[in-house]
Amino acid sequence: MIKNSFVAVAVALAMAGCSSVKLDDVPVENKTPTGVTQPPGGGTQSRVEPVVTDAVDGTKEGPQNVARLIYFDFDSYVIKPEFQPLIEAHARFLKANPGRRIAIEGHTDERGGREYNLALGQRRSEAVRRALGLLGVPDNQLEAVSFGKEKPIATGGDEASFAKNRRAEIVYR
Amino acid sequence: MTNPLLWRRRDAAALLAGLAVSPAFAQFRVEVTGVGLTQLPIAIAPFRSETAPPQKLAAIIQADLERSGQFRPVEPNGANLDETSRPDLTPWRQKGTDSLVVGSVNRLADGRWDVRFRLWDVVKGQDLGGQSYAVTAGDLRLAAHRMSDFIYEKLTGDKGVFSTRIAYVTKAGNRYNLWVADSDGENAQSALASTEPIISPAWSANGAQLAYVSFESRKPVVYVHDVASGKRRLIANFKGSNSAPAWSPDGRTLAVTLSREGGSQLYTIDANGGEPRRLTQSSGIDTEPAYSSDGRYIYFVSDRGGAPQIYRMPPSGGNPERVTFTGNYNISPAISPDGRWLAYISRINGQFKLQVMELSSGTVSSVTDTIADESPSFAPNSRLIVYATRQNAREALMTTTLDGKIKARLAGQGGDIREPDWGPFQK
Repeated sequence: MIKNSFVAVAVALAMAGCSSVKLDDVPVENKTPTGVTQPPGGGTQSRVEPVVTDAVDGTKEGPQNVARLIYFDFDSYVIKPEFQPLIEAHARFLKANPGRRIAIEGHTDERGGREYNLALGQRRSEAVRRALGLLGVPDNQLEAVSFGKEKPIATGGDEASFAKNRRAEIVYR
Repeated sequence: MTNPLLWRRRDAAALLAGLAVSPAFAQFRVEVTGVGLTQLPIAIAPFRSETAPPQKLAAIIQADLERSGQFRPVEPNGANLDETSRPDLTPWRQKGTDSLVVGSVNRLADGRWDVRFRLWDVVKGQDLGGQSYAVTAGDLRLAAHRMSDFIYEKLTGDKGVFSTRIAYVTKAGNRYNLWVADSDGENAQSALASTEPIISPAWSANGAQLAYVSFESRKPVVYVHDVASGKRRLIANFKGSNSAPAWSPDGRTLAVTLSREGGSQLYTIDANGGEPRRLTQSSGIDTEPAYSSDGRYIYFVSDRGGAPQIYRMPPSGGNPERVTFTGNYNISPAISPDGRWLAYISRINGQFKLQVMELSSGTVSSVTDTIADESPSFAPNSRLIVYATRQNAREALMTTTLDGKIKARLAGQGGDIREPDWGPFQK
C-alpha cells in the first residue's frame, strides 16, 4: 500500500517533470522597483542606518539626608501629608540655592497604556511642582516631567510593587 | 524517461532537497490561531537555483500568504519549474491546488540578484502574469514580499501589505531599540539604540520617517528620524513632557501632547519645526492624537468627562465630539486608512482589550482573548491590525483580522517587544 502510493507519487512527479516545456517567448513583465528613492550608490532600498544615543548624567547632589521620593495612592495625584516635610526641605534648599534646578519625574504603575500613563505621571510631577511653588520656589528652578510606566522601581505584578512605582522623584541637575 | 526506478531516485533527491531547506521555513514562526472560512490552496515551487542567494524566496512567499489566513499551502513536492516553463497543470489540479507559483533567481554581473516569477491559475489553466526584479542581497526579502503582494492582489482582489514595514520597540535589560522590520517581523534593523526608553513610534505618510518619543535626555522629547540616513531632528523639546506624535495625512504637521503650560494638552507643530499651536483647552488630560486618513478629524483621548474616553475634533481644534461610550477607560485610538474602523484599547473588568468599532454604526467588538493589549495600528489595506500584548508572561506583537478570526504572532528580537506601528504602502 505504502509502496504503491509512493510509486503513484513518483509517476505523478514524473509527469509533472516531463511535461514542463521551456517557453522562452512567455513574457515576464519587467517590474524593477521604480519610483522609490534609491540610496546613493545603488544601495539597498530597505536599509536602515542605525543611530546610538549617549545617555545624559543622572542626579547631582541635593540637600543632605532628605529623601527624594514621594509615593501616591492608586489613581491619585494628591500629595499625602507625610510627604510635606520632605517637600518643605527641598523648597528650603532650592530657595537658598537659586542656581540649582530640579526635575520632578512622575511615574505610574504598569497598568494601562503607555501614553495615558505618561499623562498620569505628569499629573503627579505637576502636583509636586505646584507644592514647591506654593512654598516660594521660583518656577524657573523647576521642571515637571513624566516617565509614565517606563521606569518601574519594582517589577512585580502585585499591589506592593505597584505602590512602589506610583511615585514622583526629585532629581537635581 | 518512463523508467520508474529512475524517477524514484529523482524523487528521493527532491525529498532530500526539501529537507535541506526546511530550517528556512522554521525561522518564520507563523502561528495562525484561527482559520478563515475559505482558504485558497496555493503551491509555491522552489525557485530555480534558489539555494544560491541568502534568502529562500519560496519560503518567504509561502509564509506571507499563510500569515494572511487566506491561503493554504500545497506541497510542491520537488517540482522543477521556473517562470519560463509552461507546466502541465493536470497533476497540480490532482494535488488540489488552485494556483501555482514558479520562478527563478540568478546572480547578475554587478552582484545583484535577478528574481523572476509567474503565477498560474491551475483551475483555468491561465497564466496570471509575472514580474522580475533586480535587487541587492539586502532587498531579496523585499522582492519576495512584493511577489507576495502581486499574488495576493491577483487572487483576492485586495492590495497586499507584505512589502510594507513595521516599526516597534524592544527592551532587553537597560537596552532599548527602535526597529524597522518587514511586515512579518523579520529582517529587523535597528534605527535607534538607547539606554533610556523609546515609545510611540509613528510612520510618516511616505514611509521614510519615524516620529517617536525618546527619553535619552531624561525626559520625553519628540524626534523625527529619517530611517534610511539616520538623520534626525528635534520636533518638540519644550519644558515639561513632549509625547504622542501623530502625522497629518499630508505629512506637513505633527500633533503632539505637551505639558509646557501645565497639564497634558494637544498641540500641532509644523513637521519642519517651529512654534506649537494649542488645540485643546481642558483642565484634564488630552493626549494620544490620531488623524483620520481623510484629514477631517483628530481623534484623541481625554478625561474631561471624568474618565478617559475617545473624542474627535476638527484638525484645527474646536468642539470635541465624544466617540466611545461603553466603559470608563478607552484609550489609544487608531483609525483605519479606509476610514471605516476605530481600533482602541478598553479596560474591561481590569483587563485591557483590543476593541474594533465600526464608525458608521458604532458597533463595537472585542477581538482578542489576551488581557494586556496595547497600541493598535492598522495595516495600510485596513484588513489587519498589529498590536502589542502579553502571551505566556512575555510581551508579544500580534496581527489580527478585524473580526479577530485570524491571528499571527510576529517574529521579533529577544526580550520585551512593544509599541508597533504599521507603515504605509511603499512604491
